[in-house]
Amino acid sequence: MSATRAEIAVVAVAELFRGDGEIVVSPMGLVPQLGAKLARLTFEPDLLMSDGEAYLVTTDGVVEGWQPFRKMLDTIVPHGRRHVVMGANQIDRYGNQNISAIGDHARPKKQLLGVRGAPGNTVNHRTSYWVPRHSSRVFVDTVDVVSGVGYDNAAKAGPSAEKFHDVHRVVTNLGVFDFATPDHSMRAVSLHPGVTRDEVAAATTFEIDFGSVVTSREPADEELRLIREVVDPKSLRDKEVPA
Amino acid sequence: MADKRTTADAVAAELRDGMTIGIGGWGSRRKPMALVRAILRTPVKDLTVVSYGGPDVGLLCAAGKVKRVVFGFVTLDSIPFDPWFGRARETGAIAVTEYDEGMFGAALSAAAQRLPFLPMRAGLGSEVMRANPDLRTVRSPYADGEELVAVPAQHLDVALVHLNRADARGNAQYLGPDPYFDDLFCLAASKRFVSVEKVVETPDLLAGGPVQSLLLNRGAVDGVVEAPRGAHFTTAVPDYGRDERFQRHYAACAKDPDAWPGFADRFLSGDERSYLSEVDKFEAEAA
Repeated sequence: MSATRAEIAVVAVAELFRGDGEIVVSPMGLVPQLGAKLARLTFEPDLLMSDGEAYLVTTDGVVEGWQPFRKMLDTIVPHGRRHVVMGANQIDRYGNQNISAIGDHARPKKQLLGVRGAPGNTVNHRTSYWVPRHSSRVFVDTVDVVSGVGYDNAAKAGPSAEKFHDVHRVVTNLGVFDFATPDHSMRAVSLHPGVTRDEVAAATTFEIDFGSVVTSREPADEELRLIREVVDPKSLRDKEVPA
Repeated sequence: MADKRTTADAVAAELRDGMTIGIGGWGSRRKPMALVRAILRTPVKDLTVVSYGGPDVGLLCAAGKVKRVVFGFVTLDSIPFDPWFGRARETGAIAVTEYDEGMFGAALSAAAQRLPFLPMRAGLGSEVMRANPDLRTVRSPYADGEELVAVPAQHLDVALVHLNRADARGNAQYLGPDPYFDDLFCLAASKRFVSVEKVVETPDLLAGGPVQSLLLNRGAVDGVVEAPRGAHFTTAVPDYGRDERFQRHYAACAKDPDAWPGFADRFLSGDERSYLSEVDKFEAEAA
């Protein structure tokens, strides 16, 4: 079986959760949800998954816990046993993320959602990002409004901001990226099959370290079966990540 | 025994120019929309609106009622952005205090506990600190010496929330899965008004749901408004879900300056009864 780009991305998201164990994962968006379900059905069976509402649910949708928004913000986030995968309208080389507004905060050119939970997530627990369309509009030199805190801003803000700061990885339709360089600038972990360095460089305004890049792994046959028959039988993934 | 039943218009008439009002619910979920619609019919202005924002914020911005919004997000959930909030921001019509979602709750908690602030890690390193230069940090007096954000208490003049049931004295109950922050809004406010789908006799509250669903006791409520479909077009599960068709219509009209006057004239110029009657006609036309 040969996997589509969307299926490669789902597996790359699933890999974000490897080793997480029995913690709450909050996958925002379709591909992150599919990836979390795949991880739970395979190598991370103990993950706790929120449904985006007030419930913790199994991959079959069985409710196994109650986690309303207030509990999330008062106890789950600051307690830290959580891994969120958020979206990003902009992201920069140090992992600063913007979902609040484009332009000057005082008078934005385009108002977006607002910072939501990004400031709290990024200084309290592991945070990853999912970007379905890797482009130079998203991968920018400097984000306009720092919503999720990147490595440089966490360092500037001091030890309390750095204590639990853990921006893990960015998964896109082109590849997987992390910040495991001496200055915590972005590094390519893997590019999806068929994606070239030039393609990524052209879709990114800043330089990315390709020093140790490999090719993203293909799903195993059983993973492909689970994606196609169990977690996304309607192939919604193809709408988010065209082949 | 106090009977606290009142009307949406009487609640709206309590508001004064420049007041700070907290609005319960979350995004486009269980918003006290009948109360918001009543505010739209008053001349009140220059409000500071404190909200996990949804169409409540958009409608108040559309009507020019808002001076400042204190928020962590404004969204219609199934539609990411509220067009009227976007326009108010992009034209500079309103000022904002933008918080992380957790900071927002901490600000209400501090007010509820009559504390000047609560310490938090959220906000450090983010735009929240830069955009609000008045925000201060506080150093732990213990050995760790950590420097944290001192989230200032957000006191409210008035809190407006929508629940599923209440008795006439103000004991109020949510029957959906999430209480949101409605009890905190009430504890942070000087005056607290709850609209409900239905006012019932006190014993019927426990007949409808477990004791844990009694979110507000009457000591935290000054007025009860019976407002069937009072959260429309947002959710009030299990009584009803979001009216997605109507919400799409709201968002489309809010995006289009030529279409908005027609929407406002049809749905917002009359009283609540007229609103619901036009909504019914709108649904019948679409069916």
